[in-house]
Amino acid sequence: MFTSNPFSELSAFIPAAVMQAYIILMVLMVIGGTVLDMMHKKSAQYFFENAKKAQKNAKRSVSTGEKATIAVKVLLDEVLTSGEFCNVKRRLSHLLTMYGFVIFVVTTAILIFGYATPEASAPVILPLLWHIGALMLAVGGYWFWFFIRVDVSAEGLTWYRLERTDLFIVSLLATSTFGLIWSFTQSQGITGWSTLFFVLFIISSTTLFGSVFWSKFAHMFFKPAAAFQKRVTRADGSRENLPAEYDLTDPAVQAKFPDIPEYMGKNPAYMGHGIKREPANHY
Amino acid sequence: MPTFVYMTRCDGCGQCVDICPSDIMHIDKTLRRAYNLEPNMCWECYSCVKACPHHAIDVRGYADFAPLGHSVRVDRDEEKGTIAWRIKFRNGKKDMELLAPITTKPWGTAIPQLSKEAAPSNEMRNSELLFNEPKYIRLDEGGLHTLESNGLKMREGVYY
Repeated sequence: MFTSNPFSELSAFIPAAVMQAYIILMVLMVIGGTVLDMMHKKSAQYFFENAKKAQKNAKRSVSTGEKATIAVKVLLDEVLTSGEFCNVKRRLSHLLTMYGFVIFVVTTAILIFGYATPEASAPVILPLLWHIGALMLAVGGYWFWFFIRVDVSAEGLTWYRLERTDLFIVSLLATSTFGLIWSFTQSQGITGWSTLFFVLFIISSTTLFGSVFWSKFAHMFFKPAAAFQKRVTRADGSRENLPAEYDLTDPAVQAKFPDIPEYMGKNPAYMGHGIKREPANHY
Repeated sequence: MPTFVYMTRCDGCGQCVDICPSDIMHIDKTLRRAYNLEPNMCWECYSCVKACPHHAIDVRGYADFAPLGHSVRVDRDEEKGTIAWRIKFRNGKKDMELLAPITTKPWGTAIPQLSKEAAPSNEMRNSELLFNEPKYIRLDEGGLHTLESNGLKMREGVYY
């Protein structure tokens, strides 16, 4: 199952050109959905107005070189390693689903555009990665769905309670799950079930890529932009109106805030982690 | 000054739901972002403000110290043991900052180990003194501790 290309066998029933057209249609739907979403929520307008407001409060200007360094940091920290999550479980679950999704989508495109005929044999690594991607997506997603998401873990709501907000995660989970079951039933030669799960796979993936306007799919595009803007506000001193970061050993700071040397001494000790010493599970 | 959540900054992690002693920080069922469901019941302890990893929770200042439209933002830095406030008026001209200590000893190092104490005797149980009195109020060290006895002076200002 793990090393067989499910799209090569599928090409006996559906021509490769149709599969390729489906992929292009999904890409167009994602682009269209994101643009419509941006226009409807006015998120881009909000983002730029907020950036302008921050610039007005800036204490220093950030050079283009500095902005490039910030962009690299955003890429390394927030984008590639999901650094904005402070909860380790959430971060791991997000990394699993994110990389699983990327691997799954990229290998699907390569398999369909390069190896979607019975004659073309794909390198073993491609179908293997397709299955691993789907598995990572399912593991990270189900972990999140049943145990991590806060409305279940903290609010005591049932895991089967559905809202429109769940459209993204549910369609992601359905796509990976039905994809894996379709591949399994196909490799076992169970034709009827295989067709059923293939239909379910296509319905769920169409929902995933076609519902961008209503789901939180577009977060993968605007989150990095927001993370970049957040780092810029820290660099230019506007800090979203947050207080400055003080060096407690600085004599100027001690003169401005005499309570610090009076109660903590001239060289305040490192106080360690406060409430973060315990995980947040006191519900 | 009850707390409120900036929806655009919140990622629904639930740290504030966990920490709120008044149980009024909850996750919105539709939007999956935290909100203060009953600001009237807020103790203003700012546990949620310090627990929020994204500085998504702020406080609404009272109108007696800042006119409407101001911003009151808090940064509680536990590793430094300080709390910093910044109050900015809506015209941006009045911009005040405050920095104060919130601990003088590393966290967790000054917690009384009550479980290691001996069980109270019958005489102690029947006494009007509370646990570890007078030791804990230091009467046995020669009277109550006062500002004077600690070499401190009452300064001008508002004390609560």
